[in-house]
Amino acid sequence: MCGIAGVIHRDGTADVGAELTAMLQSMKHRGPDSTGYAVYGPADDLVVIRFVLAEPNKSTGFGMEERLERNRAEVESRLAKIGAEVATVTSDTGYAFRATIRYGGDLKALADYLEDVPGCEVLSLGSSLEIIKDLGDAQTVSGQYNLGSFRGTHGIGHVRMATESEVDLASAHPYWAYPFADVAVVHNGQLTNYHQWRRRLEQHGHRFQSECDSEIIAVYLAEYMARGLSLETAMKHSLDDLDGVFTYVCVTGNELGIAKDEMAAKPLVLFESDPLVAVATEEAAIRALVKREVETRDPYEREVLVWQV
Amino acid sequence: MPGSGSRSGVSYDARGLVEPHADMPTNIEVDGGRARFDAADLTIRQINMALRKLIYNDGVTDVTVLNPSSKHSLAVGILKRCRIHFEGSPGWFACGLIDGPEVTINGRVGWSVAENMMSGVVTIERSAGSLTGAAIRGGDLIVKGDVGARTGIDQKGGTIIVTGDVGINTGFMMQRGRQIICGNAGMNLGDSMYDGAIYVAGKVRSLGVDCVPGEWDDADTELIERKFRIHGLGDPPEFQKFVCGKQLHNYDALEPSERKLVIH
Repeated sequence: MCGIAGVIHRDGTADVGAELTAMLQSMKHRGPDSTGYAVYGPADDLVVIRFVLAEPNKSTGFGMEERLERNRAEVESRLAKIGAEVATVTSDTGYAFRATIRYGGDLKALADYLEDVPGCEVLSLGSSLEIIKDLGDAQTVSGQYNLGSFRGTHGIGHVRMATESEVDLASAHPYWAYPFADVAVVHNGQLTNYHQWRRRLEQHGHRFQSECDSEIIAVYLAEYMARGLSLETAMKHSLDDLDGVFTYVCVTGNELGIAKDEMAAKPLVLFESDPLVAVATEEAAIRALVKREVETRDPYEREVLVWQV
Repeated sequence: MPGSGSRSGVSYDARGLVEPHADMPTNIEVDGGRARFDAADLTIRQINMALRKLIYNDGVTDVTVLNPSSKHSLAVGILKRCRIHFEGSPGWFACGLIDGPEVTINGRVGWSVAENMMSGVVTIERSAGSLTGAAIRGGDLIVKGDVGARTGIDQKGGTIIVTGDVGINTGFMMQRGRQIICGNAGMNLGDSMYDGAIYVAGKVRSLGVDCVPGEWDDADTELIERKFRIHGLGDPPEFQKFVCGKQLHNYDALEPSERKLVIH
């Protein structure tokens, strides 16, 4: 059991970090183990990289501080070697980092090169996407990463109750669609043809950060979009290709889309107005965002909806 | 204080999600047999504590709950004739297992409203989520809007009326009772149903296994007109009737003890 949420503003930027935090915290009962965000700030000519150098529960101990510092220096060194001009590197936690760079090269090569540094995992890459995830509930993670002040146009979030895998960052959502810029997914459900699709996508050169079926959806969609399909068309294809019960939300640099499987087995509530669209597993999350009584509905089976910024 | 109240002495910490203690709300206004309180800042347990105290202990027969704020499991297990009004939208599992109350909800509800209801009336002024009226045994459940998937799954009695559309697998494995759908129905209507009747005024995307068009008779007309009249729903539209084809299951309708006497 997990909870997912998404919000998109069609009339400019807003406090999407604080909004998603309120929505996710209202669904803490669906998953207090880890919380994740994929938020989109204003795009500029810099590439934003979010990466970690250690799992939170393995980031302390003898010599760890020095090791993290050494590996961080190695990441910066590799960025320079691959031709990126580093603008900023900051960290809120000591193990999770945010870097902005000027880089016009291949993002896949960049991600692979960085992840060759011991303990390094690239959480997101893009011109505006930032994936932040950590252990604990939404308020804890938001406070840790100062998400209350994050302004952007749209974003998604996930609260996780660990049922089949570790309580760690690798198993926490959202998932970035490696190696495609600015694509991320949160998902509530189970894919029953996970291994089949993982093998297919690996044969196309993709690698996966986790054993989680949700990561398949992100890479699957991005693969289709890289071939020129729209997000909406790619999502419609996914309803035929992916087996199981699922509701997922996918975001790109300027879109947010939702899809429900043919059984409509997993919950999602939708609120739509001219300036704002919000989706969440439970209505309580919509109420946390929009305080007044509003009209909401459950999307039906095989429904795919996409909104643009 | 996780685990307190456990008679076995075993401590159980549901990751900080339990609410072992709750204080009775202090914002309840009682006026004779009527009461009202604002639930905006109350927990689920506090709201249900207040409802039970008012209805079972204080002789109140008419309670208004303001701002339920989509909280789950409100007004569950009330087994007494009374009136409960929700000014706003409860969350999931509202009014489950009730036997007798007349509930009005002027907002929408989440999944599984009136699950296992035994008798009474639940009227929702707006839309409802999936599993609406799951396994209801009796009473009337009226949704004045659209509902999600699997409405009346495992329905064992009672009447579900939806003025809007319904989603996939409506009436899945229903065993008795009636569903009156004024809008369209999604795929697999009445899939694997055992008995009962489903009336649909709009389009049916597809029928489920062993669900077939039924023969209309005067009792159907009388039922629909009566339900529309009682619940103030205006003039009923024209409906198609769907019933079980009786090809999928064993339909002798005998109790196990009776079957021993008849079937050799």
